[in-house]
Amino acid sequence: MLQVINLTKIYDGGVRALDRVSFEVPDGQFLAVIGLSGSGKSTLLRCINRLVEPTEGQILWNGEDITAATPEEMRRIRRRFGMVFQHFNLVNRSPVLTNVLAGRLGYVNPAWSLLNRFPGHDVEKAMRQLERVGIADKAHQRADELSGGQQQRVGIARALMQDPEMILADEPVASLDPVLAHSIMKHLEEINQQDGVTVLCSLHFLDLVHRYADQVIALNEGQLVYEGLPAQIDDQKFKDIYGRDAERVG
Amino acid sequence: MKANKTSIWKSVKAGLGTVLVLVVFAYGFQITKVNLTELRSEQRQVSLQRVIRALARPDIFAYQQEELVSNTPIYLPCPGPDLLAALPAPDTSGPFLVISPACAEPGDTVEVRGFNFYPNAEGPLRFIPGPDPVSPVALGNVIAATDGEGQFTASLTLPERPSSEVQHVRATIRRNIGLPQLTETAHSTWEKIVETVFLALLATTIGTILAIPLSFVAARNLMVGVRSPLASISLSILGWPIGVLLGYLAVDAMARLSAPLASSIPTNLAAIVIAPFVIWLAMRWALPQEELVAPRPLVRLARGLVLILSVLVGLFGLFQLAALAMNLGSRLDDALGNFGFLGGFLFQVGEILRITTPALGALAAGATVGSMLGRIGQRAAERMSARWVRLLNFLLAPAAGATVLGLLGLLVEVLYQVGRPVYTLWIPVLVGSAVGLALAAFTRPKDTLPTGLVIYSITRTILNATRSVEALVMAIVFVIAVGIGPFAGVLALGLHTIVSLAKLYSEQVESILPGPMEAVEATGANRLQTIIYAVVPQIIPPYISYTMYRWDINVRMSTIIGFVGGGGIGFLLQQNINLLNYRAAAAQMLAIAVVVAAMDYVSSVLRQKVV
Repeated sequence: MLQVINLTKIYDGGVRALDRVSFEVPDGQFLAVIGLSGSGKSTLLRCINRLVEPTEGQILWNGEDITAATPEEMRRIRRRFGMVFQHFNLVNRSPVLTNVLAGRLGYVNPAWSLLNRFPGHDVEKAMRQLERVGIADKAHQRADELSGGQQQRVGIARALMQDPEMILADEPVASLDPVLAHSIMKHLEEINQQDGVTVLCSLHFLDLVHRYADQVIALNEGQLVYEGLPAQIDDQKFKDIYGRDAERVG
Repeated sequence: MKANKTSIWKSVKAGLGTVLVLVVFAYGFQITKVNLTELRSEQRQVSLQRVIRALARPDIFAYQQEELVSNTPIYLPCPGPDLLAALPAPDTSGPFLVISPACAEPGDTVEVRGFNFYPNAEGPLRFIPGPDPVSPVALGNVIAATDGEGQFTASLTLPERPSSEVQHVRATIRRNIGLPQLTETAHSTWEKIVETVFLALLATTIGTILAIPLSFVAARNLMVGVRSPLASISLSILGWPIGVLLGYLAVDAMARLSAPLASSIPTNLAAIVIAPFVIWLAMRWALPQEELVAPRPLVRLARGLVLILSVLVGLFGLFQLAALAMNLGSRLDDALGNFGFLGGFLFQVGEILRITTPALGALAAGATVGSMLGRIGQRAAERMSARWVRLLNFLLAPAAGATVLGLLGLLVEVLYQVGRPVYTLWIPVLVGSAVGLALAAFTRPKDTLPTGLVIYSITRTILNATRSVEALVMAIVFVIAVGIGPFAGVLALGLHTIVSLAKLYSEQVESILPGPMEAVEATGANRLQTIIYAVVPQIIPPYISYTMYRWDINVRMSTIIGFVGGGGIGFLLQQNINLLNYRAAAAQMLAIAVVVAAMDYVSSVLRQKVV
């Protein structure tokens, strides 16, 4: 279970990106995080694996305090959290297979990375993950030769390589067209339901939230403004979250 | 009204600006002594013409020549009639001259007719002062050209060299034999231009290899995140000198162990086969490819010991490898004849390995011990309570500060030979401890300090300072260190290449996409892994392109590095310019132009292919 307690992040310029945010995510839940751009969604997800250092508050994963972990412990914690990004964040010039294998870096011995060597069973595993997301035939192409949807699948395969207990997805479909968006979301849903992986996913479109999420939290200017079921977001709640002038699309 | 005002003000400003620019240029003219009157002087123009004509005819091809010489006596001024009558009649079987009149006053012009020379050839007609007909001293330079029958007629103005003895007029008519051939200059130019190209190649190679690690340290985006607590920094600083010392001792011990076994090639071979095998086994055991749980401390200790042992074995193997290269090299040098340079190369490589291993080994050991102690410090700062960490800081930080400044003091002592330990040892040590104490007192014990930024700034400063010293100046220093020759040039250009490439490279590292780094970091990769998997693939193309460009620069630089004795073609060029031998200089300039143009073409083709 993930517990976030009074999480606050103030950036160097004094911007309060998160303001005493608290919530809980039980194991196996698909939690959607919604809110306007700049409302703190990305910061929240990045605080959980400490790509962004929280200013105050606690994050507990199965009782273990992530915010107090030493760098060595953090390495062991991060490798259990897969992360999927809006802009895929693949290494463009490297082959797809190497990008997927990078998901294993938290497990392999750093000394062997110098020689660019992965154990044989990791390579097999990487091929299985690529098959699972349906692009095994692209394994030896350069990552930047793939289309956007294919690149995001590589991103998911990379996260799966970590044998994740939780996946943090930062607007995974915001740069994709609606058809591709659904196919990517279906992969995440499948991982959530078949493997029992907890998923935290920030999303823009409410129809995706209704379709895929078990639970929703909403952020507005760093504060938690809604926590509940997707179906309970009515017009009034919508205006609370997105502001009075917002209109529903999609 | 207001608009009008501004426009007037604007015109005044523009006017003032123009005047200022004119004044600046006028001053510039004066400073740089622009002087066109000098250019118009006839003497200058004649010299200029001569130089330009010489430059236009590079000394590359020349005909072999044969010559016919006739030395004919002449009196200057006319002596008594008996002496004049005693002059022998010309030997008409070979080339001969008829001078009319047979004697004259200095400054008179006489007519010289030549017979029996090569037809349609030419050569100088000169006055030989003194009684010796074959004296090398000759005056005047009239060109005599023969007709189809090998005869010529020329007028020679006699110089102011009156003498009672007989003097001579010499005609030397030359003709070409066979086809034009490469001159001596062309041969030496070829030799030196090859030296130049390889000088640039070696300098670029050395520079690139050393610039790559430096460029990571000089990249802000990689270093800004590196922060460590004071205890960790202090321990790391203390660890470096200890590590360097231990490393040097270990390497030295292995060198001694290896020395008695070094001379036999079978032993060398056995050692370099067994050593890698042992290391491979040790690595297999001590560095498991995947670890799901953290190992126990005892296991870690055992692994560390095994790794240290395998490093010692590796060092032994390296020394044996060096010995093997040197043994084989010196044998091949004798055996291969014309290709002996391959043996020589092998020998030198062995020697380089033998010389650099202690230095590199000591540095590597310093880095290892430094980072290990740093980690222990980090762990201590994380695990212990704030009060204990503060105590630790109070103990360690002064010691670290004293070490740093003490070593700097030692450097000052070596450089300036102050000879007074108060200034070079005690005061630095005291100041260092004071700074350490202050740091320990004024920082919160568990706070992390921006180590990365400090290292970044120091590296940048050193790079910029070194880069501002021209390679030519560096060459002067290296000529003193290793003697005149291309090796000094290689070292000078190599050093300049390191610092300038490190800067260019680091700017490429700073401009990579941060996304992949973030993603790789999120998988639990450590810094080293992040650099290898997210940074390196992004910087390969610009690195290749900058390396090519630098090679290009080095070829150009190596053409002038010889001016100060750094080897390469510059040596010849300078020599010939100083000897006013402009045709030879022209040959060398032509060679430089050809090589630079070819390099430019090759590097652009390669860049297109690779990048």
